[in-house]
Amino acid sequence: MTLSIRSVEKRFGRFPALNGVDLDIRDGELLALLGPSGSGKTTLLRVIAGLDFPDAGQVLFDGEDVTFAGAAARRVGFVFQQYALFKHMSVAKNVAFGLDVRRGRDKPPRAEIARRVDELLRLVELGDLGRRFPAQLSGGQRQRVALARALAVGPRVLLLDEPFGALDATVRKSLRKELRRIHDATGVTTIFVTHDQEEALELADRVAVLNQGRIEQVGTPDEVHDRPATAFVAGFVGEANRFEGRAQGGAFRSGDLALPAAGVADGPAVAFVRPHEFVLWGEGAPVTVDRVVVSGPLGRLESTLADGRRIDVSVSRGEALQVKDGQAVRIKAEAAHVFPA
Amino acid sequence: MGVTLSLLSLIVLIPLSAVAIKAAGEGPSGFLRAALSTRALAAYRLSFGASAIAAAINGVFGLVTAWALVRYDFFGKRVISAVVDLPFALPTAVAGIALASLYSPKGWVGQILTQWGIKAAYNPTGVVIALTFIGLPFVVRTLEPVLRDLSADVEEAAASLGAARWQVIGRVILPALAPAWLTGFAMAFARAVGEYGSVIFIAGNMPYRSEIAPLLITIQLEQYDYVGAASIAVVMLAASFAMLFVINTAQSLARRYGG
Amino acid sequence: MSGLPNRARALKATDDPWWAKAIVLAVMLGFLGMALFLPVVTVFFEALRKGFGPALAAIRDPDALAAIKLTLLTAAIAVPFNIVFGLNAAWAVAKHDFPGKSFLITLIDLPFSVSPVVAGLIYVLIFGAQGWFGDWLLDHDIKIIFAVPGIVLATIFVTFPFVAREVIPLMQEQGVDQEEAAVSLGAGGLKTFLRVTAPNVRWGLLYGVLLCNARAMGEFGAVSVVSGHIRGETDTMPLHVEILYNEYNIVGAFAVAALLCLLAIVTLVLKTLADAAEPDLGRRAH
Repeated sequence: MTLSIRSVEKRFGRFPALNGVDLDIRDGELLALLGPSGSGKTTLLRVIAGLDFPDAGQVLFDGEDVTFAGAAARRVGFVFQQYALFKHMSVAKNVAFGLDVRRGRDKPPRAEIARRVDELLRLVELGDLGRRFPAQLSGGQRQRVALARALAVGPRVLLLDEPFGALDATVRKSLRKELRRIHDATGVTTIFVTHDQEEALELADRVAVLNQGRIEQVGTPDEVHDRPATAFVAGFVGEANRFEGRAQGGAFRSGDLALPAAGVADGPAVAFVRPHEFVLWGEGAPVTVDRVVVSGPLGRLESTLADGRRIDVSVSRGEALQVKDGQAVRIKAEAAHVFPA
Repeated sequence: MGVTLSLLSLIVLIPLSAVAIKAAGEGPSGFLRAALSTRALAAYRLSFGASAIAAAINGVFGLVTAWALVRYDFFGKRVISAVVDLPFALPTAVAGIALASLYSPKGWVGQILTQWGIKAAYNPTGVVIALTFIGLPFVVRTLEPVLRDLSADVEEAAASLGAARWQVIGRVILPALAPAWLTGFAMAFARAVGEYGSVIFIAGNMPYRSEIAPLLITIQLEQYDYVGAASIAVVMLAASFAMLFVINTAQSLARRYGG
Repeated sequence: MSGLPNRARALKATDDPWWAKAIVLAVMLGFLGMALFLPVVTVFFEALRKGFGPALAAIRDPDALAAIKLTLLTAAIAVPFNIVFGLNAAWAVAKHDFPGKSFLITLIDLPFSVSPVVAGLIYVLIFGAQGWFGDWLLDHDIKIIFAVPGIVLATIFVTFPFVAREVIPLMQEQGVDQEEAAVSLGAGGLKTFLRVTAPNVRWGLLYGVLLCNARAMGEFGAVSVVSGHIRGETDTMPLHVEILYNEYNIVGAFAVAALLCLLAIVTLVLKTLADAAEPDLGRRAH
């Protein structure tokens, strides 16, 4: 199913949670809504689900206006951050819930429901746990039940609100892979909200970066990381060194630092250079390396510019091992992302 | 600690044992004769039966009240919430004469009921009415915190799965309330069983018909039948303990499956 | 979906439809109106049925005044006693772990679940003429049953749990950290209690005191059994109400009842204030 969000606005009191959001979501894609807290990503997800209604704008499912349809009518699957499992029901009953509440002709026969529950529990790898109760499960297992439950109704779109936020790091990593696997297996259009950019970049087909109720950029993880469209995206996604200065005639200057800035209008500007976009170069800008950190195949030179500003440079392990704390090196930027300030 | 325990024993335990000892004063046969006499049995039937009905009425209306107080906003909500505690604050004798006056055939409500052929005062119906008043706050007050703590996402989850509002309430919310509901019911019941002051004015107090167990105890006391009085008291105490047990079990159930 | 829902009809997943709300509110108001509001109105209406004069006269009657005095005296003894004792017991339960703790908790709750008539019976069996101490008391010319001391004792018994029950959950929520800190800083037991524990539970304490007082002044069943109904001597206000009502002195009975009703209203008002400061009083289990 394709979704369209058109100029959606939502205010809570005087606080504008969504400030004119436009987004088109393709059938079967796995989209991440990425942004800091307060950016509106959860609000947007809830508006899509029908748990909240916008003050302006439209939500279209396959071209049909569902802006004010209730959640029950939209056939979406929603997975909550705290799982929202029904504590007094067994796992199997939780998963079956969406089918159990169907009325009249829509309700499948009992055997069919049981079969579907089985199928889904196996999909999320909880095959034997149907009889258990939520209180007896770990966080990761509960999240899988929530997932199975949402999928049981055959939703047109699957929505996940920070699904791994309440879990610890190892469980989070493994569940990420699970989500991808399940998405590929079911082919359901999926949107998930996260503030963890590593998660977004690793999992999603496309990433929508939100900030203060607006979408700053929508694109593939590579696009968003390597070709940030705005200063916010450059600073938020991936690591970046940030410099304030001036653009003039296609070049950016900030103190000692000079960076290419093609196409940027003259005037105050801000530049972002990722640590790996710096290279060691004999004729580059001088920096003093305060600390060398070697980690696996990579090394990191935590350095200071001549004027005292901190700068992080990413190099290979081999290069890092040849540099000592306190040593002076020269670097140049192979790429930079410059935006008007 | 020691002080507390000894004072407590003095004030609570020892007096209680006095009842048990007196009840046993004429041996098991004496106890059984008094405790299970026809008149006593009729009194138990009335006290326990009317209490159960009253607690059930409070169960229904208490749920409705707690629901409105927690989930809706309306004018005068603060006042209404305070008024729910009235049965705790109002002396039972005051409630007793007020209800008796209200439901007697010449009372405001009594007149209307008489027109419909219903007699509410001086019979078991009056007892139920008085006991409903007495137990009213219990269900409301035990349900309120549980309702308030119910997180919205469970309701939203049920709705997103396609449940209609009545299904969300019936399959998700009410089961979550069940332990607290049971607790409130048990507390209202326990309170009603021993109630005296608010009932005797409206009850009619006729032996075998509209005489509650506590009244029977006082009558036997007036007749210096101490063994009789104590025997019935023992039966009522046993019922109280049983109810306390039920309440505590319901509360621990709530702790296990709630939260 | 049949017909496009519009903004006005859009219903959130956690809201009830407007007509359901209307029904719920109507049922609630109807029930509370009948069950609570009407009786209170009846009390004042009947008291003032013949105007203020007869009502005031009933209250100023010597027997009524004696009843009022006895009620106040009883409360003045029972309430402070139960404050001290209740705080003590609550402190023991909430802050310590010891064998027999749940037994102690059950004991504290006991008077709450015992019929007031049984409570009165208990004291008759102990202090009455035929009771355990009956002869001893007779020899020393001390009257407990059918006299004021019996009334006070029975009242203490039935009102005992109120303070403890309200304070225990608050103390438990507070935990022992603050007290341990105070003790480690050198504060003695009483000082710690007065300065650290007590202030944190003051609203629960107020609520407990309010309920304790309301019950102390309004207790009927237990006092009825131990008092002997001696007009002018061992009648409390509730008992006096009963006497007047049984004599068909309706105005008199309701006039005294109205005084007690005012007490109840004041109790509720003060309770609302306490509730505003510390929400969920009276609703916590312990």
